Amino acid sequence: MEPRPRSFYVLSAFFALFLLFLYGPTLTIGILSFQGEGGGLTFPMRGVSMYWFYDLFEQQAVGDIWGSFRRSIFLGLMVMVTTVVVSVMGGLAFRKKFAGSGILFYLIITALVIPSILVSLGIGLLFSQSGLNVHWSTSGFGAQLTWTLPFGLLIMFAVFNRFDKSFEEAAHDLGASPWQTIRHVVLPIIAPSLIGVALFGFTLSYDEFARTLLTAGSYNTLPLEIYGMTTNVTSPVLYALGTLTTLFSLLIIGGFLALALLSNRRKSRAGSDAGKGV
Amino acid sequence: MKKLLENRNVTGWLMVSPLAAVLLVFLVMPIVLIVIVSFWRATEFSIIPAFEWDNYAFLFGSPVTYTVFFNTFKYAFITWAFTLIIGFTVAYYLAFHIRSLTWQVALFLLCTIPFWTSNIIRMISWIPFLGRNGIANSTMMSWGVIDEPVEWLLFSDFAVILAFVHLYTLFMVVPIFNTMMRIDKSLIEAARDAGANGAQILWNVIIPLTKPGIMIGTIFVVTLVMGDFITVRFMSGSQSANVGRLISNDIALLQYPSASATAIVLLATVLITIGILLRFVDIRKEL
Repeated sequence: MEPRPRSFYVLSAFFALFLLFLYGPTLTIGILSFQGEGGGLTFPMRGVSMYWFYDLFEQQAVGDIWGSFRRSIFLGLMVMVTTVVVSVMGGLAFRKKFAGSGILFYLIITALVIPSILVSLGIGLLFSQSGLNVHWSTSGFGAQLTWTLPFGLLIMFAVFNRFDKSFEEAAHDLGASPWQTIRHVVLPIIAPSLIGVALFGFTLSYDEFARTLLTAGSYNTLPLEIYGMTTNVTSPVLYALGTLTTLFSLLIIGGFLALALLSNRRKSRAGSDAGKGV
Repeated sequence: MKKLLENRNVTGWLMVSPLAAVLLVFLVMPIVLIVIVSFWRATEFSIIPAFEWDNYAFLFGSPVTYTVFFNTFKYAFITWAFTLIIGFTVAYYLAFHIRSLTWQVALFLLCTIPFWTSNIIRMISWIPFLGRNGIANSTMMSWGVIDEPVEWLLFSDFAVILAFVHLYTLFMVVPIFNTMMRIDKSLIEAARDAGANGAQILWNVIIPLTKPGIMIGTIFVVTLVMGDFITVRFMSGSQSANVGRLISNDIALLQYPSASATAIVLLATVLITIGILLRFVDIRKEL
């Protein structure tokens, strides 16, 4: 190997600073959430305690943290499953041109770039004008889909752009029906990327704020609850909640990544036996 | 029936029907409704169907509108410049200076993990750092850089842009890294053999080949910043405004028609900006 140029060390330092910039603040509130009972929103630490975490489990003066947490998880799962199914179907369909595919593609891009507040406002108006009540599981669900579906579809487009069509042709030549080809050939090959789509679907929904704001109705999701807290809670209990939900996110991300790693391993172990004389 | 299923338009539409349904109900219809409501009239308690240009006339007649739109573009431009420089450098380091694929993937993931955590928590997490008695102020005071705590760190334009860069640099890193990984390494070797130095390779080979990634990152960052209303409100302590906040204030006052008119103008601005950017890149080819 050739020796590292000097620029490597400069850029390494830059990268390290970037990581510090990304993670530093989150780590700081992680530390501050263990603030002692009399401590405030910033350093110095007045002792180390779990006080604010206990406080979180007590009845809060405002809001309903655990209820909103449950709703957010449930909504996240709904959005995740829908995003995976709809994105796979969309990805498969978009491999061939069909009448209107161009318009639909631009609609997907529009959903991605449209300012979130328009989605929020528009869906809110749509429901109020048609006499329906906004609720997190109907209008909130739809609003979040306009954010997660474009990501899911873009991933699927990327996957199918790299997909080797000869597998499908081979299956077809061996007499598989289109459905059998998809079920036994295409889906197993794209399965690891579906884990990625699911991760996007769940986490983007779990953290989504702007599009849910006017569409969640009277029962808040967790990000809305946290946002409400920022205006009237000025104690480290806010940090404790932040630390817990970040840990929860990290747990979810870790779980999905482990799953992806595992499925890749399995795939390479069970991979091609060509040329091995079996 | 069988013949019908073999028609690729029919099968295509069957497969995308759930997608089309979601987009129709939760994207197209809401936008159409916003357009309609933007011509309505509002009283203190209700909104009345009408067709009048008053909302637009008021919007374009008010000097506040121009200040707020200028602010929005200002945030977008400054954030874009910072995210581009930082994002490009990080992607360049990952793509060309890290030699093993495993490390590349690991470090890349390390950069993307914050994207999957809560934006609001990430904004809140700047409070202990930027506050009056925060880490930044106490550090600078102990170093003797300043004597008094600086007031403009939190709740200022500085904080807004810092938060934007913190939240959105990732949207630059990912597409630029993706494009860079597809650059044929032999092109760089060829340039080196032809006598180009590092800076020349960067300027004449890598940057031109990375342009599509830069464009996609730009679209993400610009649209996210232009459509934002929470970061500006939270990080400026309600002292600065952008178009998103103008809309959300109107909504809070139940002035839906005027909120709709502003929203339509914002949407048009964003779409025109994207339209211009899209002339430089074919997104579907770049995925």
